[in-house]
Amino acid sequence: MTLPRLLPTTARILLAGAALGASLAVADADEIKAAFIYSGPVGTPGWTNQQDLGRRCLAADGVKTAFVDKVPENADVLPVERDFLGQGYNVIFADGFGYQPFTQQLAKQNPDKFFVGVAPNIAPAPNIVDLYGKLWDGRYLTGLIAGTMTKSNTIGFVAAEPIPTVIAGINAFTLGVRAVNPKAKIKLLWTLSWFDPPAEKQAAVSLVQAGADVVAQHQDSPGPVQGASSNGAWAIGSESDLTSFAPDKYLTGTVWNWCPLYRGVIASIRDHTFKPGMKYGGLDDGTVALAPLNKAVPASVRELIDKRRAEIAAGKFDYWKGPLKDNQGKVVVAEGHTISGPADIGHMNWLVDGVVGSIPRGK
Amino acid sequence: MSLEFLLAAALISSTPLAYAALGELVIERAGIVNLGVEGTMLIGAVAGFIGAQITGSAWAGVLAALVCGALFGGAFAMLTITARLDQVVAGLAFTVLGRGLSSYIGAGFVGVPPRAVIHKLNLGVLGHVPVLGPVIFGQDPLVLGAILLPVLLSLYLRFTRMGLVLMALGETPEVVDSLGIPVILLRYAYVISGSALMGVGGAYLSLAYIPSWIENITAGRGWIAIALVIFGTWRPLWVFGGAVLFGLVDAVRFRVQLDNYPVDPHFLNMLPYLATLLVLALVARSRAHGRLGGPAALGAAYDRERR
Repeated sequence: MTLPRLLPTTARILLAGAALGASLAVADADEIKAAFIYSGPVGTPGWTNQQDLGRRCLAADGVKTAFVDKVPENADVLPVERDFLGQGYNVIFADGFGYQPFTQQLAKQNPDKFFVGVAPNIAPAPNIVDLYGKLWDGRYLTGLIAGTMTKSNTIGFVAAEPIPTVIAGINAFTLGVRAVNPKAKIKLLWTLSWFDPPAEKQAAVSLVQAGADVVAQHQDSPGPVQGASSNGAWAIGSESDLTSFAPDKYLTGTVWNWCPLYRGVIASIRDHTFKPGMKYGGLDDGTVALAPLNKAVPASVRELIDKRRAEIAAGKFDYWKGPLKDNQGKVVVAEGHTISGPADIGHMNWLVDGVVGSIPRGK
Repeated sequence: MSLEFLLAAALISSTPLAYAALGELVIERAGIVNLGVEGTMLIGAVAGFIGAQITGSAWAGVLAALVCGALFGGAFAMLTITARLDQVVAGLAFTVLGRGLSSYIGAGFVGVPPRAVIHKLNLGVLGHVPVLGPVIFGQDPLVLGAILLPVLLSLYLRFTRMGLVLMALGETPEVVDSLGIPVILLRYAYVISGSALMGVGGAYLSLAYIPSWIENITAGRGWIAIALVIFGTWRPLWVFGGAVLFGLVDAVRFRVQLDNYPVDPHFLNMLPYLATLLVLALVARSRAHGRLGGPAALGAAYDRERR
């Protein structure tokens, strides 16, 4: 942490601390105090901001909370976590995947405290739970919209890094598109960066130039939405509701809602049913949601989305069901088989038929 | 995707880099290293956006970016020229300060639709000239400015007395001083005007390229600008050429993916940096012969008592 960045956050911690001091008189020994550590900035739409909305949801429930944002995903997180533990916080939400090895060290030294991270769990301990959402289910629903809205049958997708969760999202989106529009192609571009607004915008503009009239994204900035909308194409966002960046052209987008999972963790600590490992939310508990749909989305698609959302949430509809081919023509899920969920998705390294593009693998 | 689109996209991508790198060039020619480019660009970006929001005019925003970039540079000049702080350390601090300050000031402007943006020019007949029409004449005035600026700077350095003095400031400030020319005052002037250019580079992102305010909108472009000055061996036209090369890679890497060429995009992203290292190695080799290379007094605070 550097001084100028620290100033606003320090002020926030002090404020949170002052509020805490006022109510300390009634606090008992078992009271839950939850501290949040974020990798990105609070207040800017994106991954971190959604997590902070989750924190606010706990605060509204009466849980004492505090946070520090913009903590790099490296050993810098250690002093921040130690500081919170020293202040008496007993649940630490370390909301970046890269914090895991460091959180594990502290979790082992503080077996009576609880630690929450981002799945998949690569650094386990009996007092660590890692959370994530089945984002791909939301992407499938946005694919249904994209497949309906395209006139050119060419849809663009701007993706950040070729990791399994991103790849699964691209595949689910494509399956959604092809479910309503088997002729459509999804042109895929990698920016190889989670956050680079100018490059992301340029990627979207290139896709529109290449014929795409709908552009979706798995990026942390509104760059692709702006690139698509300013060139007359529809846009589908990611992470946060990005309506304000293109009110007319923003169709919808997946939106993280951490409130249900955060509440669940706090409840499990309260009633002593805490389970370590991984926990996935999804369409069922609302962890993965859609931003309000653009009024241009026809009623028939809205109905289809509501239907599929309910069916996927109830486990009655499975779009991963075989036979599925990859975009090289190889069968990746055989007839009668399916993908069993996060476990299989954690190894996904193929692009489904309909995606024009490839996974950069290095040489 | 046509060649024209590719070149136009490359010029747009290179514009923020060109302003920032030319600003850094001016400052380094005067003998000061300012590593705070990223921070200064962010200050310009946020000031430009807020200026346009308040006044309703994008050009007032550019002016605000210019002024705020200059003020930020003025603070840097006070610390490094007058107080003689280590320039590298101060530059790094200004990067972090600029990032923090811009997100603090801009917190209320994230995701706010822009009231005014910089529009592309409509030059009538010129716009229909093949290739040059869409690539150059169809761009906005800031892009044209970025093309013009290196030419003017180059002429200034080569053919004017003041330009010669600027080069001498970075090579042998004691000689400049002995001629009775105010070294400190001139260094202040060049740090301030160079920083103002960096501010404009940032404002191009928030007023034309994106256009809106997003925290850390530059995403590392300030560092590329510093590399470009070395890549261009401290010559305005070469630095601009380097900026266009970076912009071209920015545009080409997506085209290569769309056309399914068997080139890994990671490799393409790496190319401009590889080229910079190559030039750096060449600079080191030829330094002995005095042809390429940076100003001799670069990075050393001028102290009349110690010359």
